[in-house]
Amino acid sequence: MDSLILDPLAALGRATLAACRTVGGVALFALEAISHLLRPPFYWRLFWRAFVEIAWFSLPVVALTAIFTGMVLALQSYTGFARFNAQSTIASVVVISLTRELGPVLAALMVAGRIGASFAAEIGTMRVTDQIDALTTLSTNPMKYLVAPRILAAVIALPLLVLVADILGVMGGWLIGTYKLGFVSVAYLKSTFDFMQAEDVISGLVKAAAFGFVIALMGTWCGYNSKGGAQGVGGATTTAVVVSSILILALDYVLTEAFFAR
Amino acid sequence: MRDVLSPGADPAILAPPAPAPAVPKIRMRGVRKAFGPKQVLDGVDLDVAAGHSVVILGGSGSGKSVTIKCILGLIQPDEGVIEVDGRDVLHMSRREREALGDRIGMLFQNGALFDSLPVWENVCFKLLAQKRITRARARDKAAEVLAQVGLAGSVGDLSPAELSGGMQKRVALARAIAAQPDIIFFDEPTTGLDPIMGAVIDGLIVDCVKRLGATAVSITHDMASARRIGDTAAMLHKGHIVWNGPAAALGHTGNALVDQFANGEREGPIQMELRK
Repeated sequence: MDSLILDPLAALGRATLAACRTVGGVALFALEAISHLLRPPFYWRLFWRAFVEIAWFSLPVVALTAIFTGMVLALQSYTGFARFNAQSTIASVVVISLTRELGPVLAALMVAGRIGASFAAEIGTMRVTDQIDALTTLSTNPMKYLVAPRILAAVIALPLLVLVADILGVMGGWLIGTYKLGFVSVAYLKSTFDFMQAEDVISGLVKAAAFGFVIALMGTWCGYNSKGGAQGVGGATTTAVVVSSILILALDYVLTEAFFAR
Repeated sequence: MRDVLSPGADPAILAPPAPAPAVPKIRMRGVRKAFGPKQVLDGVDLDVAAGHSVVILGGSGSGKSVTIKCILGLIQPDEGVIEVDGRDVLHMSRREREALGDRIGMLFQNGALFDSLPVWENVCFKLLAQKRITRARARDKAAEVLAQVGLAGSVGDLSPAELSGGMQKRVALARAIAAQPDIIFFDEPTTGLDPIMGAVIDGLIVDCVKRLGATAVSITHDMASARRIGDTAAMLHKGHIVWNGPAAALGHTGNALVDQFANGEREGPIQMELRK
């Protein structure tokens, strides 16, 4: 009888302790990574390689996502707002939605799938093939070599990607607005720029930088702590993508609350 | 003040001082390490004299790799003392530890070459990391070191994935010796190689260690390799060293555990643990 009550409680306790241990581990990992960004040496070649990988090679997928999102947003807003005779607000809805929310969040989710998985798989493979231990024996701190440059690269690259996504998303809305829904091009663009505020764009870029940090942190952390062989690396990759996607959405709410809750 | 060199000097003072007991290059005392409920190292005591080559033997999962990872600082033991040149490595500052690491080379079991870098950059990785060499000079240096392990300089431009297992071991050996360390660890250097290539790698290891005048610690369960590489051998069983002696005596040591292991006999005091 006792075990019926105590066993679930014990399991709950173990799970809670494991969760606390994981959160603490990630926090310490993040602090150590940041501390390596502030202390020389810094591996600029690795930073540049990671930056190109994130910013340049993610550009096609982010661009396509942004254009189609802008197009769908314009179309959906038009059909939805037509019920209230509010079709004229489409341009402002598209630009505000994209710069504040959809640009940063969708770009970050795309990058989480591409880059978070890639970081976790690469570092995880290095872990299970002793390459990380080899780095230590070769007078190189693995955190400084593998983690710090990737985190900095993601924090800088994500806002740039989001800026491109914002522009392309608005362009997608404009394409649908003018060519399909019959808006006058100049009027659509004027409405877009009239309603767009610097605060909208800046908040989106700040969110992007935070999302970049989360993606790189989770990708590197999951890879760094992977165990076993191919299965362990596969698990680390999946965890990196799932956890960073969830954290992006949760962080988006927190940052939105911080920026816009009055 | 009394002149100790004068004819009337006290003979006791003139006598040469008794030789101080040589400090082992590596000294382990009572090193214990457990992973969860499994006690892997249970009081390991080991001395490695400077300039000697010691082979640590033991079955799979006996803790050989854990032992050298403890010395390298890759794993923190639960208890015990590990000294290098008489200095306790477990209580060194980060800077001291890094300085010690600069003097150590390691050949990993599977090579652990960096896939993302060409062979020449793998070989000169430590020299580049320590800024002891420019990238322009590193290619020539890599070719020089690759020649020492019997590889052509053109191999330097290949990726590790393009090399055979034997070539990867040679490149890993080149990387381990490129910075001219005074302590080198070899983790199962001949595993996965055919007997001839194994003998070639052993020969290269012996040559490199002698040329550098380094202290070597190898772990293996390849007896032929152990006899070729080691001056002395130590057998790790159930978490501690059960025998220590000349590597040439392996197979006829008089220790039932070592002889069974060295001769690969099925019957004897060592029983394979079966999971129940």
